[in-house]
Amino acid sequence: MEFGLSEEQGLLRESVDRFLDDNADLDRVRKFADDPDDRGDDIWSGLAELGVPAILVPEAYGGIGLSALDAAVVAESLGAHATPAPFLSTAVLAVAALRLAGDEAQRGAYLPRIADGSLRIGAAMSELSGARQDAGVEARADGTLHGTALFVLDPDADIFLVADRTRRFHLVRADADGVEGTLLPQVDRTRRIAEVAFTGASAEALHASDPELALQVIDLGRVIVAADTLGAGQEMLDQAVAYAKQREQFNRVIASFQAVKHLCAEMAAEIEPSRALVWYAAHALDEVPDEARLMACHAKAHLAEVGQFVGKTATIVHGGMGFTDLLGLHYWFKRMGFNRQILGGPERVREEAARVQGLA
Amino acid sequence: MDLSYGPQYDAFREEVRDFIGKHRDQAPKGQGIRSEAVRNWQKLLIQHGYAARTIPAEYGGHGGEPDILKARIIGEEFAAAQVPGGLGSQGISMLVPTLLELGTEEQKRQFIPPTLAGEMVWCQGYSEPNAGSDLASLRTSAVLDGDEWVINGSKIWTSTAHLADWIFCLVRTEPDAPKHQGISFLLFRMDTPGIEIRPLVDMTMAGNFKEVFFTDVRVPKEQIVGSRGEGWYVANAILGHERDTLGDPNAALTRLNRLVELMKTETVDGQRAIDNPAFRDRLIKIQARVTAMRFNDLRVLSSRLNDGSTDTGLARMITKLQATELRHDLEGLGIDVMGEFGLMYGKGPHLRDQGSWQNHYMYFLGLIIGGGTSQIQKNIISERGLGMPREPKAVIPAEH
Repeated sequence: MEFGLSEEQGLLRESVDRFLDDNADLDRVRKFADDPDDRGDDIWSGLAELGVPAILVPEAYGGIGLSALDAAVVAESLGAHATPAPFLSTAVLAVAALRLAGDEAQRGAYLPRIADGSLRIGAAMSELSGARQDAGVEARADGTLHGTALFVLDPDADIFLVADRTRRFHLVRADADGVEGTLLPQVDRTRRIAEVAFTGASAEALHASDPELALQVIDLGRVIVAADTLGAGQEMLDQAVAYAKQREQFNRVIASFQAVKHLCAEMAAEIEPSRALVWYAAHALDEVPDEARLMACHAKAHLAEVGQFVGKTATIVHGGMGFTDLLGLHYWFKRMGFNRQILGGPERVREEAARVQGLA
Repeated sequence: MDLSYGPQYDAFREEVRDFIGKHRDQAPKGQGIRSEAVRNWQKLLIQHGYAARTIPAEYGGHGGEPDILKARIIGEEFAAAQVPGGLGSQGISMLVPTLLELGTEEQKRQFIPPTLAGEMVWCQGYSEPNAGSDLASLRTSAVLDGDEWVINGSKIWTSTAHLADWIFCLVRTEPDAPKHQGISFLLFRMDTPGIEIRPLVDMTMAGNFKEVFFTDVRVPKEQIVGSRGEGWYVANAILGHERDTLGDPNAALTRLNRLVELMKTETVDGQRAIDNPAFRDRLIKIQARVTAMRFNDLRVLSSRLNDGSTDTGLARMITKLQATELRHDLEGLGIDVMGEFGLMYGKGPHLRDQGSWQNHYMYFLGLIIGGGTSQIQKNIISERGLGMPREPKAVIPAEH
């Protein structure tokens, strides 16, 4: 029995950490946040050299064919570094959609290009976890898309993965006629989202139309988002502890005050069990199908709450500096705030968890 | 990630199930710890290796090899079958491991076999009215007079004192030494002249806890574990054992499942509690926490199995804090879904589940405090887990 990461998974985490430490520090993140033309291509191509976009792509399509837990390990690192990268949309959601719903030709056409980092796919599927008034995409018999997708992840991609109202997936070129994206300024500046209007754009429907498949894609996405929050939360705790150990007030480092220490202990007490929950939820996606959806819900909703608590508490430990832009702590705070809402906020996800168990 | 125990353990689990199936009629049903039924059950369990499993046979144990997974399987199967396992008294869970490590050969032979058999019952004399979280400031004194220690002082929170034959007790023997170095660990009979026991009623209105008063209690000088002044270190080995047992995630899961049943049957305005979205949301929130603690526990277990190859120090340190707070919240939800019925207590009508929700809600508040309060836990987590410095020592006497 072994509950935890394998040696290989430890090495994977280390290699991604090292690359991001060296190439995607906070200054680099700030540049992405300030420059709308910056797609972070250097970061994504560096991650591609490490195999990050290829993690979930089967070997037959030029990928590495690793597990959801491996993807979660990478997500932890990306969250810890508040990295701007299309990992969730391209390497997770699009790959899962193609694997589950694509036919042989579709997988062959897209997966190898995702794996080598040359193709970015944005994800227009917020409808799957919360339909909004005046939004939603309809696919017509002639293969054209009509309507509006809100909260489209990574809109500066080459292609969009669109979930229509029947939960079927479509691929559409971002520069096709009848596709009009508008960036939505939002609080987490390490991610970009857009509203995309489809006015008769020609799209390619993924082969399988079973709406259950879309929910499986969401399950995976939720675990990956939870893992991102786990990494971001751990980073905020680490920063809070380090800051408290060097900040002096009343002739003492503030880390020696119990009022401060207990805040840090409370964060650690929330994060440690969360780590086990996220790892198990990722494991269950591949190995324990009966529990996969419930565990994905628990991971997503629980990490939303833990992320909110840690974001607030770590900021408070930093005092006034935590509130400033100088330290940049808010990049993690906002990233966890973003993670809380996308693919379903905690109340909604808990209701789904109840339904999965026949309790609602 | 590999969560299977392996085929040899699957076979062991079957063995345990067979045993329980065959012998469950002999299990005690609520008889007290001094009953013959309890002693016979304990004897049977030791014989089969389901109690005192790793304690050498020469001291009355089963003499098996240590095996964390087998111990886990035994615990899981007895819990699942709702059959009592081996005795878990303070003598067995705390004193025996200490004697095995630090007792003399004579002490091991004298005390371990009858303790394991349930024939010798112990209570623990640690906390004092003025020594709680700061246990090392304890003042109960023992002065050597010829071949005897003469003990004066008092202990508090001494559960089962009225049932115990013996006490293991921390006393101050070196009043001039620094506080941690002035303590000794003594063993003595509870019927020694000069011992008075008074009940200490807690908020559950149970009188399980006691206060114990010592007036010139005379104890043979060789009834000490370790040397004079080493008692603090002897006791600390035991505290570790106690903390490990407080966060049983399977017990929380059992209660959670019971809570779901309660929510399916309890109705207000004709609506089941489970159909009330606010209650349902609270339930699922707690379910996620229970689930997270179960896997946290598996992670710690796995690290112990693999010789601590991965660092799970923090995961272990947070267990007492989180598990007790979680149980308190879980039991509290049980009360809330019952509304006014959640106020019923004692022997009256309208009790649900024998009033266990109300009782556990208060009992777990006691456990949040006992065995190292949540605040002490946070000190441990931040100092040992996160490397934050200790609060500087300041002498601020209380105002009178």
